[in-house]
Amino acid sequence: MHQLTIAEIIRGLRDRQFSSVEITSHLLERIQQLDSQFNSFITVTGEQAIQQAAAADARLAQGNAPALCGVPIAHKDIFCTNGVRTSCASKMLDNFVPPYDATVVDNFLQAGAVSLGKTNMDEFAMGSSNESSYYGAVKNPWDVERIPGGSSGGSAAAVAAQLVPATTASDTGGSIRQPAAMTGTTGLKPTYGRVSRWGMIAFASSLDQGGPIARTAEDAALMLSVMAGPDTKDSTCLDRPTQDYTANLNESISGLKIGVPSEYFGEGLDSEVGARVQEALKEYEKLGAELVEISLPHSKLAVPAYYVIAPAEASANLSRFDGVRYGYRCENPADLRDLYMRSRGEGFGEEVKRRILVGSYALSAGYYDAYYNKAQQVRRLIKQDFVDAFQKVDVIMGPTAPNPAFKLGEKNADPVAMYLEDIYTIATNLAGLPGMSIPCGFAHGLPVGLQLIGNYLDEARMLNIAHQFQQASDWHQKIAPAAQ
Amino acid sequence: MEWEVVIGLEVHVQLATQSKIFSGASTAFGAEPNTQACAIDLAMPGTLPVPNEEAFRYAVMFGLAMNAEIGKRSVFERKNYFYPDLPKGYQTTQLEQPIVGAGQIEIHLEDGSSKTVRLHHAHLEEDAGKSLHEAVFDSGHGMSGIDLNRAGTPLIEIVSEPDMRSAAEAVAYLKKIHSIVTYLGISDGDMSQGSLRCDANVSVRLKGEEELGTRAEIKNLNSFRFIEKAIKVEAQRQIDLIEDGGKVVQETRLYDADKNETRSMRSKEVANDYRYFPCPDLLPVVLSDEYIEQIRAELPELPDAKCARFESEYGLSAYDADQLTQERATADYFEQVATKSGEPKLAANWVMGELAALLNREDKSIVDSPVPAEHLASLIARIKDNTISSKIAKQVFEAMANGEGDADTVIEAKGLKQVTDTGAIEKLVDDVLAANGAQVENYRSADPDKRPKMMGFFVGQIMKASKGQANPQMINEILQQKLNALL
Repeated sequence: MHQLTIAEIIRGLRDRQFSSVEITSHLLERIQQLDSQFNSFITVTGEQAIQQAAAADARLAQGNAPALCGVPIAHKDIFCTNGVRTSCASKMLDNFVPPYDATVVDNFLQAGAVSLGKTNMDEFAMGSSNESSYYGAVKNPWDVERIPGGSSGGSAAAVAAQLVPATTASDTGGSIRQPAAMTGTTGLKPTYGRVSRWGMIAFASSLDQGGPIARTAEDAALMLSVMAGPDTKDSTCLDRPTQDYTANLNESISGLKIGVPSEYFGEGLDSEVGARVQEALKEYEKLGAELVEISLPHSKLAVPAYYVIAPAEASANLSRFDGVRYGYRCENPADLRDLYMRSRGEGFGEEVKRRILVGSYALSAGYYDAYYNKAQQVRRLIKQDFVDAFQKVDVIMGPTAPNPAFKLGEKNADPVAMYLEDIYTIATNLAGLPGMSIPCGFAHGLPVGLQLIGNYLDEARMLNIAHQFQQASDWHQKIAPAAQ
Repeated sequence: MEWEVVIGLEVHVQLATQSKIFSGASTAFGAEPNTQACAIDLAMPGTLPVPNEEAFRYAVMFGLAMNAEIGKRSVFERKNYFYPDLPKGYQTTQLEQPIVGAGQIEIHLEDGSSKTVRLHHAHLEEDAGKSLHEAVFDSGHGMSGIDLNRAGTPLIEIVSEPDMRSAAEAVAYLKKIHSIVTYLGISDGDMSQGSLRCDANVSVRLKGEEELGTRAEIKNLNSFRFIEKAIKVEAQRQIDLIEDGGKVVQETRLYDADKNETRSMRSKEVANDYRYFPCPDLLPVVLSDEYIEQIRAELPELPDAKCARFESEYGLSAYDADQLTQERATADYFEQVATKSGEPKLAANWVMGELAALLNREDKSIVDSPVPAEHLASLIARIKDNTISSKIAKQVFEAMANGEGDADTVIEAKGLKQVTDTGAIEKLVDDVLAANGAQVENYRSADPDKRPKMMGFFVGQIMKASKGQANPQMINEILQQKLNALL
């Protein structure tokens, strides 16, 4: 039952092949048996899940069940869940139980989905390896000695390990796509503003975007249909109606123009990863697509610009964690200053502190123009690169990450090496464009992700393009050894 | 050496919106601590601000009233600092692109002169919460509490150019701002509740000097009286300091009303770096010309326009018109009395005279006046139609102030109607002349030039005998006839 996709589960539930309580119990059992190897969950809400499943079964029996009624999913622990601890994988919020649901969480409740719990992640979504979690690193189901990618490493590993068919995740610089690539799953970061950020704990507000990780493009489409939509509680959320992202999946992609940016195949790209991506592009040609070489000339500036803008926003976003109203507070503070310094000093991990410092520095008097303003200028140039490219092509493709999953601890001593893992994914966040990663083979025995970058609000088309590839390939159906 | 004081003011005005600037929580004053703070105001994780459109409308109204440029594209920024009453660790405010740009207003001084003060800009921002220190708590020492009811209340911060040259000018400017925001109805202007607060930047320089002196900022002045006193005492402190060979340091100072002195607040602290940057949770606010023009069309009559109209329509002096239009409630009250009584000049005299004295004595605002406008109008009508004299009118007014009803009711109940019956007045005159034979004899023998002056004695006696109710003009006429007959 754990091998079923969401599309299959929906059919199974409606055809009475099994109940929601049955599949929910099965997955909860699987989590209990297997997850100690992966550490993909921070909190498992078994009792609540069974209650939700029973309620879903009742609705299914009545025959007026909503889209995902009875379908088990899990939420990244960055989404606030009413009555359930939401830690953002930080000691700072280890004791934090929100009295409200994120809009995304609420959307899934309305759609009848069953939440199995909260998935592990890098602390405050800052990381590319899921090693910065207060609750310990997540391990890759393809090789438990290796990282699953980050920051949505728990969401990706749980799907790859078949503990849950799909999860919610968030992507600020590649945090959905890179772990999807590392774990052989399908991840989608929507256009900035397509999914509400209300209740999704902010890392870098102008870059953060929620999206799904699933096993197929079709499942990602089903998930996104629930997640995306307008929200009056988020001023940056686009005022566009919800839509059915499965509607266009089966359209032909004959005549599709795929832009292949030369900058994404240069130095630093693992040759085997590059080979798999080229093979995938050939497959697309077979499906009737045309490859067009393009240039995104400002690509190399994406990482430095990102590591100014994202930490700058984070430095302010994380100021609310001050030990005063909720979250971690140090023991016996001597005075206000001591309360602030020790609560934050003890409550935040190393990477979070590093980024707060970098961000505060970039915004400080005398450096603002040289860093923050310059980075914003670069951001506009990067966006313009894409706008120009989309005059010529329908979609852009390349590798999601330069390397397959690396070993746990391998890049901990070198933050810059870690930051470069997101070299191909960061630009889309800076531009606000939608991006996807789908499995396209193996390098050194580990999954490789093909990245799709779409034009603004072109998610339905991207899902169609990804689905057509998955109809012609079976990379997405490969099962991680530890999941078998 | 002749010194010149240079003053610029930063005025914070709380906007009278029903809900906060970025959340739906109520802004009402005086509720139990933390009962009007929602998850957004508490900066709970994952919460996001949603702007309150009404706050923008109010800010645009203010900008138009200040003859200012309206920022068609304004941007909210984050001002970063840690303080327990600032839940997010930053204040959402505007810096580079405020909603109200440069403007100017005319202020009126007590000597009748006017002066233009330039507005640098005005911006929208959120208020912080309040820290309540140990005295508030019954148990335990060294405790501080945080009340976040005020957190997120919309403010406009109004920044003037350093155009004021005396404490009196600063007060006149502040009164003008107060007048404008209350006329517009965008703030209750209640300084005692902190709805209008002021920081004063004060410096001194030798008269004729072009360059500005080093300024000190006096924080949180919350009454007109304190502002005047604080500026005076701070200017004198700076003058004394320089004359003694010292130097003014740029710093923040606090005014101690008890000691009537300012003292340094943050001398040791290093300058704050607020690390402003545009708030990524809020989109730039773009206003269309239609939106702005719509607001302009709906603006109420403002103090200057009302003042000019009072002069032309009611024939008031410039001074009276200015006095009556400083507060919208006063202007409205006056206008009711003037139109109902048909006697604008008398109405002005009464509103600024007896009524103002009464309100001052009872420490009441005009909206809570014990004498309603209709009652005062009825009193003035009775003066006009000679039912009562001005002197009796004061007696009637006191009775009305005690809640004894309108003018007619009081006049009737107390029998204060003026005596205009010729026979009755003749009798009073005869009685007084008969009772004061010696004075009558003096009058007869006196030099004719001195006689008019001597008549005053008889008038007084007759008025006294009538308990003030006899018509003075008739007394004069009849008395004159009778005295002439005796010559």
